[in-house]
Amino acid sequence: MTSGTPVFDAPVSEALAHTTLVTARNAGLVACHRCGQVHAAGTQTCRRCAGPISSRDPHSLQRVWAWLIAGIIVYIPANTYPMLLTSTLGDQQESTIMGGFVDLMHHGSYAVALIVFFASVVIPMSKFAAIGYLAYSVRSRSALDPHQRHRLYEVVEFIGRWSMIDVFVVAILSALVQLGSVATINPGIAAVSFALSVAFTMLSAQSIDPRLIWDASSPPAPPFSHDATVSSVSASLKDPSP
Amino acid sequence: MSRSALPTGQTEQTSASAPRADIGADMLKTLVACPQCDTLHSAVAVDLDTRARCKRCHAVLLAPRRDAFTKITVLAITSSIMMVAAVFFPFLTLEAGGFRNATSVFDAVLAFSSGLMIPLSVAVAGLIILIPFTRLLAIIYTLWPLLKGRPPYAHARAMFRLAEGLRPWSMAEIFIVGVTVALVKVAGLASVSLGPAFWAFVGLVLVTALQDSFMCRLTVWKALDQGPSR
Repeated sequence: MTSGTPVFDAPVSEALAHTTLVTARNAGLVACHRCGQVHAAGTQTCRRCAGPISSRDPHSLQRVWAWLIAGIIVYIPANTYPMLLTSTLGDQQESTIMGGFVDLMHHGSYAVALIVFFASVVIPMSKFAAIGYLAYSVRSRSALDPHQRHRLYEVVEFIGRWSMIDVFVVAILSALVQLGSVATINPGIAAVSFALSVAFTMLSAQSIDPRLIWDASSPPAPPFSHDATVSSVSASLKDPSP
Repeated sequence: MSRSALPTGQTEQTSASAPRADIGADMLKTLVACPQCDTLHSAVAVDLDTRARCKRCHAVLLAPRRDAFTKITVLAITSSIMMVAAVFFPFLTLEAGGFRNATSVFDAVLAFSSGLMIPLSVAVAGLIILIPFTRLLAIIYTLWPLLKGRPPYAHARAMFRLAEGLRPWSMAEIFIVGVTVALVKVAGLASVSLGPAFWAFVGLVLVTALQDSFMCRLTVWKALDQGPSR
């Protein structure tokens, strides 16, 4: 787990091992989620990275749901309208996301068909579900422990961008296949809505404040009894390091 | 929480309603909070090439690497040079029925520059060219003076925040996979050959991945802290 190296020097790790882990909020402090700098409660701007900070993002869930719903809405036209407009020797063809997948399967390019299917159907759908679940579980009991939910959050953050593959494929194809009367490929309106859907879902995932995932499972902060916890942390830190 | 863990003889506790000013800036500097789960840790020096993880959620807090700033800066400069080649050199060449079409990434972007597709064109240009390039420049701007042992340039903090914020939107590697899919799709239709820009792009993706592996956010922030510039 901890990659085999000592993370803390002896007195501090000893002190921490004997106490419950303290969050910045429980200690009456505000931490910056970008640079880790800790500030006194009520601080609005990070001293180190000069960005805005808050103990917990109060509008996190609102933004998560708003972007998520927007993402789901634009995902619908992305599936029903054509993604590619192909014309070969006077023959016009329109293909949707699923149509493109079926075509690739007929060509026998199973690996590529699977990539496309995953990037444009499986990943977006599971992302909607995962983000919705994470946002929902912040407020209510959940079957997964916070480690699992945090893992899920990391996976969603990491994998979401890969759905853009389809948009890039359309961009490359329509730039490349411009051969006059022989063959022409142009992007359909679904390409735009698919790109928007991916962007909105990425924004939704980024709006999740991961600290909320852990808050839900930890005992609630004792309201402003922070002096004791702060000084217990500070006491352990004042031990002279060898 | 564990009041019992309070060492006896500590006299610095104030009444519960005291303002938070009693926690000095010095004391705050010795703490670091996990960006993922808010758990407080003491900010101790971490050995080079080792990782410090959060006790609670196991997120990597610090992963300092030997000569990291030099490596990151050099790799970022390499990437920006490759970027120019990747954008303007021919990327793919397509031949079918006597027609021949060589495409650069620049052309791919311009392909959408008519009518309703303009937003798509702007988005693609942003995701594969503008954002990665801005990110590289912001990283070079942040690290260059630190590398030379000088105080950071003005607005270095804002630039590094920008670089970190743009990270998920920098999609060059996804574009490469997209190219592979596109190649298979047109393989039956025409013969396609890869141009120099394709290999520049592949190199760019590898160099960027390497560069990100050397990046330790908290180390950079700490280094920026030491400069007087704000």
